[in-house]
Amino acid sequence: MTSRTGTKIGGSPAPTDRPVQRTAPTGLGRRAPGAGTDGLWPWLFVVPTLFGVLVFYIWPIIQTAYLSFTETGPFGGEEWIGGVNYAAMLADSNVGLALINTIIYTLIVLSGIPIALLLANLINRPGLRFASFYRVLFFMPYIAMPTAVALVWRLIYNGDFGILNWLLSLVGIDGPYWTSTPGFAIVSVGIVGMWSSLGFGIIILGAALKNISPDYYEAAQLDGATRWKQFTSITVPLVTPSLFFVTIISVINGFQLFDLLYAIMGQYNPALVQSQSLVYIFYNQAFIQNDKGYAAAIGVLILLVIGTVTWFQFRMQKKWVNYV
Amino acid sequence: MSRQASGLSPAQTGSNSVGTHLTLGVVGFVMVFPFIWQLVISLSTNDQATGVPPTFWPGDLQWTNYLIVFTKLPFLSQLGVSIGITVIRVIGQVVLCSMAGYAFARMRFSAKGVILTVILSILMVPPQVYLIPQFQIIQTLGLLNTILGIALPGIFSAFGVFLMRQVFLGLPLELEEAARLDGANPFQIFWKIMLPLATPGISALVIITTLWSWNDLLWPLVVTTYAEKMPLSAGLATLQGSITTDYTVMMAASVMAMAPVLILFIVLQRRVVEGLAFSGSK
Repeated sequence: MTSRTGTKIGGSPAPTDRPVQRTAPTGLGRRAPGAGTDGLWPWLFVVPTLFGVLVFYIWPIIQTAYLSFTETGPFGGEEWIGGVNYAAMLADSNVGLALINTIIYTLIVLSGIPIALLLANLINRPGLRFASFYRVLFFMPYIAMPTAVALVWRLIYNGDFGILNWLLSLVGIDGPYWTSTPGFAIVSVGIVGMWSSLGFGIIILGAALKNISPDYYEAAQLDGATRWKQFTSITVPLVTPSLFFVTIISVINGFQLFDLLYAIMGQYNPALVQSQSLVYIFYNQAFIQNDKGYAAAIGVLILLVIGTVTWFQFRMQKKWVNYV
Repeated sequence: MSRQASGLSPAQTGSNSVGTHLTLGVVGFVMVFPFIWQLVISLSTNDQATGVPPTFWPGDLQWTNYLIVFTKLPFLSQLGVSIGITVIRVIGQVVLCSMAGYAFARMRFSAKGVILTVILSILMVPPQVYLIPQFQIIQTLGLLNTILGIALPGIFSAFGVFLMRQVFLGLPLELEEAARLDGANPFQIFWKIMLPLATPGISALVIITTLWSWNDLLWPLVVTTYAEKMPLSAGLATLQGSITTDYTVMMAASVMAMAPVLILFIVLQRRVVEGLAFSGSK
């Protein structure tokens, strides 16, 4: 046993400065195969979590699937109505609109990823002065409470006295009522989403940049490659696994749009119906309209949409992600 | 970066060019501008806040706006709820996830693979798929509008189990073997030997859970109906009535709501960045 792990430590080249990662053999292979189990101890460790996950997650997931085929009866009980909720959902133009809004929002957030990479590249240049100061600036929006920053964005976007429209007026543009005009509203929320998620991309991509050996750049330098050429030919290909990770997470989070929309637009916004996200419709149906069956069907739709998009991204990763 | 200040290679000499600092400075300013603006307005009068052109420096700083928050909003009780749910979730996740993560990484028991798959499967499911029944459970338990009710489902975390499992898988096996030979039982091995070694993973888990718990909106909104029972995130999102046009007080409230975690994480910047990057690399 000891010798086996010993050779693993010695034998594994450490390409990065991260702690050496060794995968311990899993399952029964740890000792001689068939040597049995560790008795009751593992259950003591696992049962609390297993219980919580079954009660608060697995059972609710099954329950939601069931609810999506029911409607809440006049006395609160559920009545089986088959696929009526799903049929209604497919015919509901608000759901289609919400899907489009959610996609627009997600695309705006995704457009921040190249910016995050460029910024991470600048911040991680060796010897950069004030690097940690810059890092704090970029990372603040990511850790700040969304509902709190939403309130100040509401003022910035205000159509009458917001500073954004004042700035636009200086260059002769008559700015719209950003958060209460359909179309503009979801873009406004998307810009805040991009602003607040930039820091996440910078952190993850920054960590990947630090793992690139300086040798590559020195070799490229000797060959006379420009900084831009180095960026496109060395940096970008080598961080594609992290770019992939950030993209996956950004898409999943983008489809979860709720907090910023809810807090920036407020509950009484005239543009709300045209600007809803999928999660907003879900929340509204489940807890304001109290149509739990319909909301459950929308929940299932959100699952299917995110699942499909993520599956597609994993399919596509071969085309652009380089695993060294 | 001072350790690299000496002996710059040719590739590094351009690091501090004017262009670099100009770009980072300008973009950085755009990034922090909303925070600066929030502070400026929180110290202005309402006439200044709604005036055109905007007042960039209020002159007479209106600190009273911060005091008014405490009279117009149930700020202190919301702060208490925010702290309460965050503490419960952080402690719960650290204890439960590190125990389960350790068992999945190092112990042998029947149906281990199946149980792990079941737990991790919820990572692929968006919260909307379990939210309604979760609400019904909390309702049935009579825990609506309570700190425990808000905190409860969030003390279990599939992500946390996964993270801690990865952390324990990365630790050397020898120490446990030695302790086992010395007659330590599995709990002693876990508690005295392995847990201290897992500190980087635990701090990442604490950071992520704190951030999520402090900022989360949807779930608290669902299980609370009274303003004074809400955490700050939901309290700020559901402001109603005259306060919504009292921009200066609203800004003061939002500054105070995000300040605790924001300041803490800026002070611990290096550790937070490492923790987030660490969990991202798993």
